[in-house]
Amino acid sequence: MSIRLYDEWPDGIGHPLDSLLRTEQLPHVWCVGCGLGTATACLLGALEELPAVRDHAVLVGGIGCTGRAVGYTKLDNFHTTHGRAIPFATGLKLADPSLNVIVFSGDGDLFSIGGNHFIHAARRNVDLLVICCNNFIYGMTGGQVACTTLPGDHSTTTPMGNLEDAFNLPALAEAAGATYVARWTSLHPVQTQRTIREALGRKGFRFIEILVQCPTYYGKYNDMDLRGMVMYLKNRAAMAEGSAPAAVPITKDRIPVGVFVRLERRPFDGRIPPAS
Amino acid sequence: MRVAPLRPGSYFLSGNAACAEAAIHAGCRFFAAYPITPASDIGERLARRFAGTEDGIFIQCEDELASMAMVLGASAAGAKSMTATSGPGFSLMMENIGLGIMMELPCVVVDVQRGGPSTGLPTLPSQGDVLQARWGTHGDYPMVVLTPESAQEMFHCTLRAFNLAERLRMPVLILSEESVGHTNEPVSVPDAHAIETVSRKMTTVPPLAYRSYEPDDHGVPAMAPLGKGYGVTLTGLSHDERGAPRASDPENHQKLVERLFAKVEAHCPQILLYEEELTEDAELVVIAYGAVGRPAKAAVLQARQQGLKVGLFRPISLFPVPEARLLELARRVRGFVVAEMNAGQFAREVERCVRPVPVRSLSSLAAVHKPEEILHVIEGWAHVD
Ligand code: SF4
Repeated sequence: MSIRLYDEWPDGIGHPLDSLLRTEQLPHVWCVGCGLGTATACLLGALEELPAVRDHAVLVGGIGCTGRAVGYTKLDNFHTTHGRAIPFATGLKLADPSLNVIVFSGDGDLFSIGGNHFIHAARRNVDLLVICCNNFIYGMTGGQVACTTLPGDHSTTTPMGNLEDAFNLPALAEAAGATYVARWTSLHPVQTQRTIREALGRKGFRFIEILVQCPTYYGKYNDMDLRGMVMYLKNRAAMAEGSAPAAVPITKDRIPVGVFVRLERRPFDGRIPPAS
Repeated sequence: MRVAPLRPGSYFLSGNAACAEAAIHAGCRFFAAYPITPASDIGERLARRFAGTEDGIFIQCEDELASMAMVLGASAAGAKSMTATSGPGFSLMMENIGLGIMMELPCVVVDVQRGGPSTGLPTLPSQGDVLQARWGTHGDYPMVVLTPESAQEMFHCTLRAFNLAERLRMPVLILSEESVGHTNEPVSVPDAHAIETVSRKMTTVPPLAYRSYEPDDHGVPAMAPLGKGYGVTLTGLSHDERGAPRASDPENHQKLVERLFAKVEAHCPQILLYEEELTEDAELVVIAYGAVGRPAKAAVLQARQQGLKVGLFRPISLFPVPEARLLELARRVRGFVVAEMNAGQFAREVERCVRPVPVRSLSSLAAVHKPEEILHVIEGWAHVD
């Protein structure tokens, strides 16, 4: 691990990841206590550990709190339309196979409005790393129910509790054809960064779910302050490395974490072979 | 093996096939689309033409939201890219056409129009998407729309569309029709070396000095290669020259959108294209475009035989509207007839340019006008006074 401490930084000022950040654009739009900063730091930290990957990395974000992350980086980045980060990223990767294309977006963006693109990119095995920051709710629009909100949970549009079931994202990813599937939380920065690093060294459609606390909305409507939200993730997280994705749904009591799928499958490149 | 353009010569091609072949001549090596009648055969041809090459990329998408997004992504990565669709798919593309305008990514979108609204008339021609092509995505923005009358003209429009897209750094639309797309006719393909192809301007500044949206003298920002340290930053949010979001800054937004309009305005001499027939002494001018231009020309020639002073104005670039030329014509004619396969969409554009000269709309919703229908209106007009 190479998380550097502040006091290792010259003069003790700045952030260890400043070299990858457009510091002139800070402060960011995220709320105090939000888990997205940790998730972003894990991605950038992993890229710093792999300079050869970093130098050809392109970040693609969708719409929502997470989608804003890519624009704070000095890497080539595209902040696209709601739900369309994956097809935009597919175009980038097919047109220039030398790029390491990373999609960094939220659960609503990738799995609700963009769900169709996710399953098809996984089925095709487009050579992309897709990182989903799942905060269980719509943050940017003010706390509405999401396809990842657990049954019974509260939001601005489920005042009596959510009536629907939530996606088990690793199971969805595996069923659709992803070659690498993992889940961590913002309370596991070391494991998350290590997993991103491993995924960056692999090929094919790779998916990592990072659960992040949203104290502003998910916490607020479900009677948790920041500390409560952090403890919620921390206390429920349970190591499930190697488990079948179908066996890792998030429940009220348990958040299974770990790497669930490691497969080899030839990535899709859009080139049609000659007739034989 | 690399994608090879057709050898020069005379071919018998449909409008859709001519589009695919011209795209190859223009340098298009990325095509993404979802099957839809009557546009599918553009992709089918390109899939065959790209097969076995290392540089031609074809992908059949999950939907048109994806095809438009992929075309933009490919463009950002340096490819000349295109998609083709028809009404319902065109509706789905609107979202990312807006993204292309905001990110300023060159690409070509072909809409082989069929009757609408909704599923409408999948196998019949229409020009019902004219105003959607102009204003279909939300917000204020300029748009470049070309519309061919034949397979031969489709070949030229496709070449021009790519060149304009690259020059202007924006999506350019081609409005074709089922009637043009599926009519087979002779197409003369010129020598590839004789065809002018334009490529986007790439930045010459060092990576650290690069700003993704810094315009040149013509209002067009230079692009930069990816993965080379330029820190390309493109967003659909309103932004400044660095690409930094400025989502609550009306002044900055005004400046941005005005520049988008100005870059198209500045290139009007390269964009505007129309055919005129017998307009010098005309008292009445028939305006028609796309496939309707053909019966319109026949009607005008027949009217001339009767001694009626009628001319034809046929826009090949539909947007920006050739306002200055319409105004000039309006100064010396007594009226206009706009024949089109919709309920009068372009007629309204003409009206606002030529006011108070009267404009008569001759609408046919799902069939190309017959020459006698247009002639009938011309005769009726001539006998008014
Ligand atoms: S709304 Fe929630 S997810 Fe969005 S920035 Fe605030 S805390 Fe984070």
